[in-house]
Amino acid sequence: MSAHAPAAAKGAFERRRSRSWSKFKRSPSAMLGAAIVVFFVLVAVFAPLIVGFDPAQVSFTAIRKAPSAMHWFGTDELGRDILSRMVYGARASLLAGMCSVLIALGVGVPFGLLAGYFGGLVDGCISRATEALLSIPFLILAIALAAFLGPSLVNAMIAIGVSAAPLFIRLARGQVLAIKNEDYVQSTRSLGASNTRIILRHILPNVMPALIVQATIMIASAIIAEASLSFLGLGLQPPNPSWGSMLNTAKNFMTQAPWMSIFPGSAIFLVVFGFNLLGDGLRDALDPRQEH
Amino acid sequence: MKKIALLAGGLLMGMAAVGHAQDLRIGMQDDPDTLDPHRSRTYAARIVFTSLCDKLVDIDSKLQFVPKLAKSWSWNDDNTALTFKLREDAVFHDGSKFDAQAAKANLDRALTLPESQRKSELASVSKVEAPDAYTLVINVKQPDAPLLAQLSDRAGMMLSPKSFAGEDSASAVGRNPVCSGPYKFVERVQNDRIVLEKFDKYYDAKDYAFDKVTFFAIPDSTVRLSNLKSGGIDILERANPSDVPAIKQDAGLVFKPVTGLGFRQFMFNVNNGEGAKNNPFSNKLVRQAFQLTIDRAAIGEVIGGGIFPPAQQPFPLASPYHSDKFPVVKPDIAKAKALLKEAGMETVQAQLTFANNTIEASTAEMVQAMAGQAGFQLSLRPTEYAAMLAESAKGNFQVDMRGWSGRVDPDGNIFSFVTCKGTLNDSKYCNPKVDEILRKARTISDQEKRKAVYDEAQTILQDELPSMYIYYQPWPFVVQKKVQGFEPFPDGMIRLQGVSFSKG
Amino acid sequence: MLKLILRRVIVAIPTLILVSIVIFGLQKILPGDPVLAMAGEERDPAVLDFLREKYRLNDPLPVQYVAWIKEVGQGNLGVSLRTDIPVTTLVSQKLPVTIQLAIMAMFFAILVGIPLGILAAVRKGTRVEFGANLFALSGMSIPNFWLGIILIMIVSVQFRLLPASGYVPPGRDFWLSMKTMLMPALVLSTAIAAYLMRHTRSAMLEALSADYVRTARAKGASERIVVLRHALRNALMPIVTLVTILFGELLAGAVLTEQIFGIPGFGKLLVDAVFNRDYAVVQGVVLCIAVGFIVLTLLADVLYILINPRLRYS
Repeated sequence: MSAHAPAAAKGAFERRRSRSWSKFKRSPSAMLGAAIVVFFVLVAVFAPLIVGFDPAQVSFTAIRKAPSAMHWFGTDELGRDILSRMVYGARASLLAGMCSVLIALGVGVPFGLLAGYFGGLVDGCISRATEALLSIPFLILAIALAAFLGPSLVNAMIAIGVSAAPLFIRLARGQVLAIKNEDYVQSTRSLGASNTRIILRHILPNVMPALIVQATIMIASAIIAEASLSFLGLGLQPPNPSWGSMLNTAKNFMTQAPWMSIFPGSAIFLVVFGFNLLGDGLRDALDPRQEH
Repeated sequence: MKKIALLAGGLLMGMAAVGHAQDLRIGMQDDPDTLDPHRSRTYAARIVFTSLCDKLVDIDSKLQFVPKLAKSWSWNDDNTALTFKLREDAVFHDGSKFDAQAAKANLDRALTLPESQRKSELASVSKVEAPDAYTLVINVKQPDAPLLAQLSDRAGMMLSPKSFAGEDSASAVGRNPVCSGPYKFVERVQNDRIVLEKFDKYYDAKDYAFDKVTFFAIPDSTVRLSNLKSGGIDILERANPSDVPAIKQDAGLVFKPVTGLGFRQFMFNVNNGEGAKNNPFSNKLVRQAFQLTIDRAAIGEVIGGGIFPPAQQPFPLASPYHSDKFPVVKPDIAKAKALLKEAGMETVQAQLTFANNTIEASTAEMVQAMAGQAGFQLSLRPTEYAAMLAESAKGNFQVDMRGWSGRVDPDGNIFSFVTCKGTLNDSKYCNPKVDEILRKARTISDQEKRKAVYDEAQTILQDELPSMYIYYQPWPFVVQKKVQGFEPFPDGMIRLQGVSFSKG
Repeated sequence: MLKLILRRVIVAIPTLILVSIVIFGLQKILPGDPVLAMAGEERDPAVLDFLREKYRLNDPLPVQYVAWIKEVGQGNLGVSLRTDIPVTTLVSQKLPVTIQLAIMAMFFAILVGIPLGILAAVRKGTRVEFGANLFALSGMSIPNFWLGIILIMIVSVQFRLLPASGYVPPGRDFWLSMKTMLMPALVLSTAIAAYLMRHTRSAMLEALSADYVRTARAKGASERIVVLRHALRNALMPIVTLVTILFGELLAGAVLTEQIFGIPGFGKLLVDAVFNRDYAVVQGVVLCIAVGFIVLTLLADVLYILINPRLRYS
């Protein structure tokens, strides 16, 4: 019986996975979320092929022109085509969103796993440190870090990633605590498997679903965080377009050129909405009882 | 019945009288720093000081000096002592009298207080004396033409000596300044407002119509303007250039710009540390070529909405030292390319550093595009202002873009920037001849002679181009229609003498 | 129960110490010389040296840290390097502003979020629930600084209904104060309302499917009583603790909202201080926020222990 337990666990895992996928496919909102995300990813990847204008091309004669047949979203304060800048801006936002979360996962999950699995002093230290970091509001920490590292896209990603890591530490730890004492883990342990093997082969895969859900939702927050940092002048620098910095400039021209504010903001809203829908859909598919 | 009517009438009259208390609200871009004139460093604080603290002399709209706390003044024959005759009816906000002893105490404080920012302005002063109650004598080590101009600003502002007698006077004064100006300090909420109230014992109190003046810090220019339009404030400073056309069309607002004393410039790292070693801009020809790609008029139009006059020299248009000999250089791409070829380059790779805000970013992007026409491949490096200062001082830059708020005396706009040991000379450009000329100019009081000397310096500097001036910083004020009598001066200060609201 | 509470308090202390070290450390590694920024345009070298001495910027870092902690213990949070105003004064001036904003935002969030959450739970599976979910998701996805800009454009610039910025304390003019804070509070409340709605919904769903509710229904109680009296009361527990924690997030999350609307509160103070390298203000303010957050979390945990009947008698 004990020898079969890990195998049985693996089989259950496979069945759960296919069940989740079909559930996901059946939910219209989840599919909508996925569609939106895929749309923006495609836009970002194929940006050079889509745009009609060079996003850095200034034109002193076309300053702040309203949307027209030639410039679908109008032009900005230096005469640059807003649509083209928005398409390239998708790159900054998506890159920032995904990379920061990758950094957060890379830093947070290992610590969380260690804290949950080993408990005791290790857990005590890691948890105190995590709580300390969580007491400093996310945006404040990100602003301070971005200011330290210097304004650039990479530094903004690092700042956001590091600021978000504590959340994943806490999540990973909680998940580990929940399944640490389950049968299949205990039986593998009694078989003499090393801690590393247990963590990597048995605990991590079962912790994954919750992590994936949280990561997807975190990408949404990271995109907003990047936009916020750019808005404050700390993210991607001019002339490279970022939706947040476009909004920062746009607020000075609210009366003369409202289109400068409307479109970049809508883009942020849409892509974040998409990720949130996707995250929700994933959560429903992977474990409906975990609704938060 | 009659008594009640009389009473009611009296009450109404009383209320009406109270209702007539005139409050002026001014919207500023920045929040001032410390309100101690000897330690203050910001333009915003100077605006507040204009109403709060009287100084020895003031300027008029032509930048000529007029009496304030000093009735008259004169230099002695060899220009080593400046004697002031002070007015006798000035009183500090705490009731103590203003006299020569008080003035001496203030100047001594400006010279000796450890954190005083005024020391370099008064560097030539050797001793201050008060031979009698209303005579002040300032002795200088060598002739110092800019001195009077310094005394028309913060260095000449007078605090009540009782207020800085204590130990930690610096902080105490900064939080609660006691001066002798037409308005006295009431309260301050950082990043929000500063409230001043009329000082009845001011000698010219009748010229000041307002009972209360409140300065609001509203950093966002769009928000500042909408506050003005909705009546939340009465005067605003530094309107956004792109808002100017709409302001001019608005019947309820009056646009009151004045060209200021300051400028925006490019500074090239000619000889400062590592940054200069591989800097293409350390070559004079490259700097000249760069200048030929920049269309200053276009920058003024696009970024400035027409209110940024192009600048070729450091002396502002209003200054008597502004010279006709150096007209604005028009762009000439062909010539720029030729100069680059002469320097042995086809393309130039360099980095432009600037402080991170919308106007500067837009300007930098425009410059990048313009210079690109002749083969300059500029990468842009926006930094946060404090970091940029530190980096440039260390020489970690190739070319940066910076502003200078400007000084009344021409020396203030040039000396620290281009002399070998100048504190603001981050380019570390050094030409002993220029040093010699500028030092000489400091000692000449006669305007004509002094101008000729500055022209000499300019002839060299316009060729060597350690800095390239872009435009003169305007002070675009906007007021509500009901504000009467407001005239901004080139120093960008808000003088409230004679300013009032029109009736109805 | 008292032991539980005491244990919670003791555990919070090392966290506090760690926070102070992190805050202190962050500031010191920021590039840019604060003294250079303070010295203004003229940059007199004698002044620079004096300032460095005065603020102990030449001392080794641990020495600076210990000196700072000692002062904090005495209630001295330092003085703004820019304006000489003591940090404690700044906190007492700005905190009420942000608290007012937070309370108003919380009010709107609760007003909209909780009823919507209850509705969504009760009407599960219908279009009403779908609509409510969509609404909540939108609230979470909209960047608050963009919402602020759009609102200002429409409400203040186009229709002149409300002032675009500024702050008036309620003591001076209550209605004007409400008018200046209305838009910022609404903007801030959208994300919070969304979270509240979702949490209320799931808490209600869980409560509604619990045994005691089925018992009540079987006993013939009307749906309304079931919902209001039984399910809601039990659903309220996690919501109460969530509200206390959200308050902490509101306090700090107001950074961008205050920036847009020119509200002189905590968030704006902090951002300005970071950009001006005003060390003392950043340290003091973040410390206050962190301490406040830790206290609030403590409060939430204690509240949870008190309210939860199961834990009370354990």
